[in-house]
Amino acid sequence: MYDFSVVTKWIDDLLTVTCGLPVWLSTTIECVLVGVVLLTLYAVFAMIYIMYERWVCAWIQCRRGPIRVGPWGLLQIFADVIKILTKEVITLWDNDKFLFYLAPYFVVISSITMFACLPWGNGLQIIDMNIGVFFIIAMSSLGVIGILLAGWSSNSKYTLIGAMRSGAQMISYELSVGITMLTVVCLAGTMSITGICQAQEHGWFIFTGHIPAIIAFLIYIVAANAENNRGPFDLPEAEHELTAGYHTEYSGIHYGLFYLAEYLNLFVVSGIAALLFLGGWMPLHIGGWTAFNTVMDYIPSPLWFLGKTFFMTFVFMWIRWSFPRVRIDQMLGLEWRYLMPIGLVNLVVMAVCVSMGWHF
Amino acid sequence: MADIQEKIAKLCPEAQFDTTGELLLVTVADEKWHDLAKALKEQLGFDYLNALVGVDWKDSLGVMYYLTNTETQDMIHVKVATTDRETPRLHTVSDLWAVANFQEREVYDFFGIEFINHPDMRRFFLRTDWVGYPLRKDYDMDEKLNPIRLNPEPNEDDTYSLVEDADGNLKRIDKKVFGPDEYVINIGPQHPSTHGVLRYRTSIEGELVKKVDVVSGYIHRGIEKLSEGLTYQSGLLYSERMDYMAAHMNRHCLCLCIEKALGIEVPHRAELIRMMMDELMRLSSHLLSYGCLTMDQGATTAFFYPFRERELVYDIFDKNCGARMSMSYDTIGGVTMDVQPDFVDDVRHACDVIEAHIPEYHKLFSKNVIALGRMKGTGVLTREQAINYAVGGPTGRASGFHCDVRKTHPYSLYNEVEFDEITYNNGDSYDRYMLRLKEMEESIKILRQCCDMMEKEEGHEFCAKVPKLIKLPKGHWYQQVEASRGPIGVYLESDGDPKPFQKPYRLHYQSPCFNLIGVVDLTCKDNLIADLITITASLDYVIPDIDR
Repeated sequence: MYDFSVVTKWIDDLLTVTCGLPVWLSTTIECVLVGVVLLTLYAVFAMIYIMYERWVCAWIQCRRGPIRVGPWGLLQIFADVIKILTKEVITLWDNDKFLFYLAPYFVVISSITMFACLPWGNGLQIIDMNIGVFFIIAMSSLGVIGILLAGWSSNSKYTLIGAMRSGAQMISYELSVGITMLTVVCLAGTMSITGICQAQEHGWFIFTGHIPAIIAFLIYIVAANAENNRGPFDLPEAEHELTAGYHTEYSGIHYGLFYLAEYLNLFVVSGIAALLFLGGWMPLHIGGWTAFNTVMDYIPSPLWFLGKTFFMTFVFMWIRWSFPRVRIDQMLGLEWRYLMPIGLVNLVVMAVCVSMGWHF
Repeated sequence: MADIQEKIAKLCPEAQFDTTGELLLVTVADEKWHDLAKALKEQLGFDYLNALVGVDWKDSLGVMYYLTNTETQDMIHVKVATTDRETPRLHTVSDLWAVANFQEREVYDFFGIEFINHPDMRRFFLRTDWVGYPLRKDYDMDEKLNPIRLNPEPNEDDTYSLVEDADGNLKRIDKKVFGPDEYVINIGPQHPSTHGVLRYRTSIEGELVKKVDVVSGYIHRGIEKLSEGLTYQSGLLYSERMDYMAAHMNRHCLCLCIEKALGIEVPHRAELIRMMMDELMRLSSHLLSYGCLTMDQGATTAFFYPFRERELVYDIFDKNCGARMSMSYDTIGGVTMDVQPDFVDDVRHACDVIEAHIPEYHKLFSKNVIALGRMKGTGVLTREQAINYAVGGPTGRASGFHCDVRKTHPYSLYNEVEFDEITYNNGDSYDRYMLRLKEMEESIKILRQCCDMMEKEEGHEFCAKVPKLIKLPKGHWYQQVEASRGPIGVYLESDGDPKPFQKPYRLHYQSPCFNLIGVVDLTCKDNLIADLITITASLDYVIPDIDR
């Protein structure tokens, strides 16, 4: 398996040894480089994801999707981006301007930070924190603040209802997401993201973790969908009830930022699902099959990660385009009556499994 | 009929009777009307108010009430009038037939007749600052009186009722629609799920809906007023612009009414074609209804599937009528042109395809756990309420109310085909949804029988001989047809004008959707906002049909 830390090491050596730069300067340059790469990837993935969603959605709905602009409609997304960038940002009367303009950045910053934490490949971790998973949970909570601020500061009844729903929903489902993550942490024995990937070297957790891992996986899919405000849990924006929910009053690029964050959050939750249950960047390994494992290792680890993420995204899209939206009371009932208790019991079962050594 | 006349005469000796028309006409003074109405409802079982038509007879202003006994299907109509043109007042019947609440507000809006004891005397369609009453014959059409106003509607929260005490003294009580503490949210007029420009002023507590005030009239075109200035042939055009998803039925109804007045016999072939078009229209309408209902609950994909099949129906319309929507196909005496030679094959093909796809719709949505959770038990409308609010069509039948005009008052050739009137008993959103899917199967059954009849049909005449200048004798007629969303009624009055281009004296469309919005407040109260969307989607109204 190719270790990409060779590349990062080489850049570091180039700056500190070859060019002889002091440590503070080389670190600053590396940070800038990482930031540029990250933001570029963020924008590129947003575009890929918007196209991806359109194609999947069109395929499910017996439509052809965008086909007019460029070959296979590939330029459609550029046209859309240019359109949204040139649109007027409408200024509202009687609203809290500071919070109103601040809100989208909260949402975007939360999603970029989570995006940065993903295990891109073997050795492609930006910072391997020992509390990696915990950090992701904390960052995902930041997005709620942005949405609540957006709903509150717009001074509109629809947005306020959207924000209230969103607050109730995201805070509830964060519990389930957290519990499923804990279940996996329990199995992996580490919170470090690289550590979790390494722990799946002899089999992905969905295979090695027995039934508790499968239950955790299912709960994660539901809860992540809800935390991401995607159908069937798109209540905060429920366009048929609240026109557009918390971002009703936003226009132009401010709306664009919400849109961007929504798609990237989809990427992030798919990536986390891939990390926790499908081995992250770890190739498909089957314990004992050395030849097979070696062949699998020839496929670069970023491809593994992206492939798993895209597969998970497909699952999320499939769910979104098939199910009707749940109602607020059903949504909360599902979380507090079913998902969270089941998740808690599952966590205990997993702990017992791990301590007794029942997992593979 | 004579039996009913005797009974009414016993109840109200002052009532006058006229049996020369198609139905028994009872004329009664306003003072006796409320007591008679109560007796009619409670003792003679006239529990269904088909239509409430305001008419300006120049010397008097009044209202025609069409009543049906839902047990025996006997129909009568009552005329109540007042000669006071300055402050015309009649007694309300909204306490007896709940449907009269909105209907009387419409009459107040257009004729200025105030209804004594009515709980909420506001204009229904027009703005509060509108000058004059448009359907009165002496209405001043000067555009300076009613310019296009750009300011918000003033005092839209104000309402009043005229209360009569025991001595007969009237007292005006001013009220507000919503209290000062209520959190009122506007759902509409521009909202994705009102299916058009309709506004619900909704008082909510958290997510719970406490009261819904329907504000209508954003796209009111005054079709009834316009029709009074057009000949009968030209007026046909507007009938399709009401419920565009029941264009054939609406036009069919108006044609039947004029033909009844003229005494024209329509050729068998023409009637058969009309009936087939009606059923195709019903299929298309129910397909759309499925799509919209699923869409409103967030199942976006389920919206696209029926549209695929609906194309087939539209292709048939395009091929045979020359247009996909607003077909202008039915005409007085028959249809405008004969169908294409492969019409029957096309219909059979469409039937086969749609029938094959209905299981797919069920698979996609009917058994979905979220859909069941959202529709089962929400927005329950009992049978009594359905009758009281005069809600017919699929919505009424989902409450167990046998109200299919095709069965109760058969018109066209519905006597010659076999089909079942589908009814459900729970009256919730799920039943309304399922009923439409089942009804599509019945429509397919009717269409298949019609195809057989069409193949055996020997006549080639598709339109009867009709005079170029239509002059109706003096009188009034009422005709009902089962449209996609309920019974459409047409009230036509002619003054027997001898001039060459005779125009209707009064033409009133009793549209089914108007009654449907009457139950929105009733069914949505104490449900969640999301349920309001589900319920209104399952009621399946079309806004242009409310705002005629």
